Amino acid sequence: MAASIRLTLSPCLRFIFRGWKFRTVPEYHSSVYNIVPNVYNLRKFSKSPVYKSGEYEWQDPKSEDEVVNITFIDREGKRRPVRGKVGDNVLYLAHRHGIELEGACEASLACSTCHVYVQEEYYHKLSEPKEEEDDMLDMAPGLKPNSRLGCQIILSHELEGMVLKLPSVTRNFYVDGHVPQPH
Amino acid sequence: MVTNGFFIYIFFFFTLLYQTVPCGKFLCIVGSGPAGFYTAQHLIKNEPNIEIDMFEKLPVPFGLVRYGVAPDHADVKNVINTFTSIAKSGRLQFIGNVTVGKDVTLNDLRTAYDVVVLAYGAAQDRWLGIPGENFENVVSARKFVGWYNGLPEESNLQLNLNVETAVIIGQGNVALDIARILLTPIEILEKTDIAQHALQALKESRIRNVKLVGRRGPLQVAFTIKELREMIKLPEVSNRIHLEDRDYIEACIPKTSRPRRRITELLLQSANTKQAEVKDAPKQWELIFHRTPVEIVKSENQRSVEGLVVGINRLKGDNWENPQIEDTGLRETIPCGMIIKSIGYKSLPLSEELPFDHIRGVIRQKEGRVEGMSGVFCSGWVASGPVGVIASTLQSGHDVGKRILEDLRKGNCASSTEKPGRDVILSQLATKGVEPVTFVEWETLDNEERERGKNQKKPREKIIDVREMIDIAKKAQS
Repeated sequence: MAASIRLTLSPCLRFIFRGWKFRTVPEYHSSVYNIVPNVYNLRKFSKSPVYKSGEYEWQDPKSEDEVVNITFIDREGKRRPVRGKVGDNVLYLAHRHGIELEGACEASLACSTCHVYVQEEYYHKLSEPKEEEDDMLDMAPGLKPNSRLGCQIILSHELEGMVLKLPSVTRNFYVDGHVPQPH
Repeated sequence: MVTNGFFIYIFFFFTLLYQTVPCGKFLCIVGSGPAGFYTAQHLIKNEPNIEIDMFEKLPVPFGLVRYGVAPDHADVKNVINTFTSIAKSGRLQFIGNVTVGKDVTLNDLRTAYDVVVLAYGAAQDRWLGIPGENFENVVSARKFVGWYNGLPEESNLQLNLNVETAVIIGQGNVALDIARILLTPIEILEKTDIAQHALQALKESRIRNVKLVGRRGPLQVAFTIKELREMIKLPEVSNRIHLEDRDYIEACIPKTSRPRRRITELLLQSANTKQAEVKDAPKQWELIFHRTPVEIVKSENQRSVEGLVVGINRLKGDNWENPQIEDTGLRETIPCGMIIKSIGYKSLPLSEELPFDHIRGVIRQKEGRVEGMSGVFCSGWVASGPVGVIASTLQSGHDVGKRILEDLRKGNCASSTEKPGRDVILSQLATKGVEPVTFVEWETLDNEERERGKNQKKPREKIIDVREMIDIAKKAQS
């Protein structure tokens, strides 16, 4: 019974869901980031290691060996599991999956809008932040000892299972009366 | 797994039903800087039934990203790409060259739109209130920044850079930006989008020494570490940081937060190491603490400034973060040929009925809702005052966006009549002979600026004259 309901309803719902998704999210949030040419990026050297445009993150993993699963906790506190791969830049991976991580300066270490909190046991597995990253973190609202910039985290097998928490947007305002947990 | 998917669909379906604003709403934003665009971003992302119009005084968008961010901070301007994608999402209409308060009033906008968001920033100077502020070669940081960034109204700013010493009053990031522009080797500035008139003037500049004067001490500086590090690393420039109470500062460091600790350590360290190199460098900048400007003086026969008289302060109280300032009664004169006041900006009210805090220079608001005006919101510096980096404006923009949606869904902004939207405003503008500039037209202008920049190996050559901007923007259509 349950199975038959599932079978009949799920394509319809899938359709509705797709339609909804098409209307609201993707045109703006995911693809446009990549279409707009990076016109201001005139200096040819790149401060961040690789994949500046975020194109690499749009490729699916070629094999299961490459897969790195991580979880974002979004600004409302929802867990958002994401299937990434070795070499993915966390900022662009978040863009691909519609997670609200801004990245205003496009990984050039000139802003702190991709600020995330890294789960303690994984924080120490990341490479030391560069001086420029530390300088930018100093300007991030809600800085904590486990703060990092998403654009500086590149996935590796070691990071399998990592949880990244986005700072909550509002400090004293919640739509549904939700009380923020002390960290 | 399938069951999970099933429930997720149901969940999304109902959230969609619940979240959507009843029917299409018209919303307008006054100002096209980061505050305006980030508010728009939140609304567009989270609500399919809203159409946004964005009014801008100039024919060109992006506010302080174009006219405030220093020309050598090209990376910061990457944010324009995000703003462009918002403007081209099909949900936002840019309407440039329209001054709200002159071409249309706030009341007109409130009649035409369900929601009005004021995000027009802080474009007025604060005054020190000391004698001599109107002398020649005494300018505000806002004007100076506008001048080197090619802001139309400041392109004719009268400056005399044929002096040796410039004093900047204030120790924030704007002060450091100005000091950096004054001291950066011209070969570096040439490759930025700095305005041509400023580049020419800086080429001929004789300024060798820039002194940044602050009322408080090294533990209270307002600039951030990135900007300080840039100053310290400037080629062919030495620094001199006047520390009087090193022991006290070192004792305070363990009590400070991480950002304060790092910047203070950097200050202490550069105060130590650089002393030996001072003689060799052709140019120098200095940080001078505990000085309150008292008077600006000029010599009898000259019209230009000759010096800044300052009072020497002592900091009192145990609270190192916000100490009391006590005047010792001692005075000294810092000789200089130019003074730039970098003591903050303020906003002006767009119309008389807007509740306004004239002392702080901000709109009176609660959580972004303008006091006593339903359906009117404010975002960014016009609400918070001129503080914070782009990340803070992003946060405030998204917060205000959230509150707007909340109010719309609750029906707080609903009025009995259905709002007509942009057509009324556009026809009103047409009768007044105002020529609104669209985003597509801005892109024509944008291309032209880049084209002109190519000849000089600059990313762009900003067009300064508003009339010329409009003519180029409209060229493609005629």
